[in-house]
Amino acid sequence: MSDFITTIKENNSIVIIETNGYLNNVGGEAVSAVVYEKMAQGQTKFLINMAGTKIVNSIGVSILIEIIEKLQEVNGKIGYYNLAPIVAKTFNIMGLTKYSTVYETEEAAVNEL
Amino acid sequence: MKKPSVELRLPILPNMELIATQTAEVISRHMNLTDDQAGEISLALIEACINAFEHSKAENNVFINFLIEDDSLVIKVIDQGIGFDKTKVEIPKIENKIGKDERKRGWGLQLIQELMDSVEFESTDEGTTVTMKKNIKQ
Repeated sequence: MSDFITTIKENNSIVIIETNGYLNNVGGEAVSAVVYEKMAQGQTKFLINMAGTKIVNSIGVSILIEIIEKLQEVNGKIGYYNLAPIVAKTFNIMGLTKYSTVYETEEAAVNEL
Repeated sequence: MKKPSVELRLPILPNMELIATQTAEVISRHMNLTDDQAGEISLALIEACINAFEHSKAENNVFINFLIEDDSLVIKVIDQGIGFDKTKVEIPKIENKIGKDERKRGWGLQLIQELMDSVEFESTDEGTTVTMKKNIKQ
């Protein structure tokens, strides 16, 4: 597992990926590798706990757009929680919030995704 | 009195933009900027550095100047690359990228412009200078 991903767990059939550090191309590819592996096993719902990710770049976030696109093909969903304000703002500017959801807490995310 | 400034020279290597953001964080604290402002400056700086590293095809260093003004922070990101024509850069929209063949990247200039209070681009075939300004909100 990549250093960027600290844990992978499941809650109510949702795969929860916890990240740590800079979401750049390397971090984004680490997330997509996990998501695509789990999708191949039939999983369609994903959450990313970004409490440990205080900074991102547009290349890393662009990889999340690729993941959203892949998930649309299987009616899947992805959401995020514990976002730093600048990360949330970046997701808004890039439009991710039109195709995926930012939640306040894991509990809210698991209940609503 | 001459305004204080900080100058960085970054080699074009992976993640060197984080050196710039660490410097920006120190300057932001010195200027008593809010956490939100500091985050916006860091992200804009990352994007400007990535553009200089990747798209300019510069082979040398990228230079970053932080100019601490009374009412603003001005950051110049300077490369000696091939330059670009900003009028030919399309404004990205996620609707045009999801489910389409269009590449998902290309958000850097849009982010810089959204996150900073003013942005100017000066570009020739000998290099590009991006001048970004964040006003201090009291």
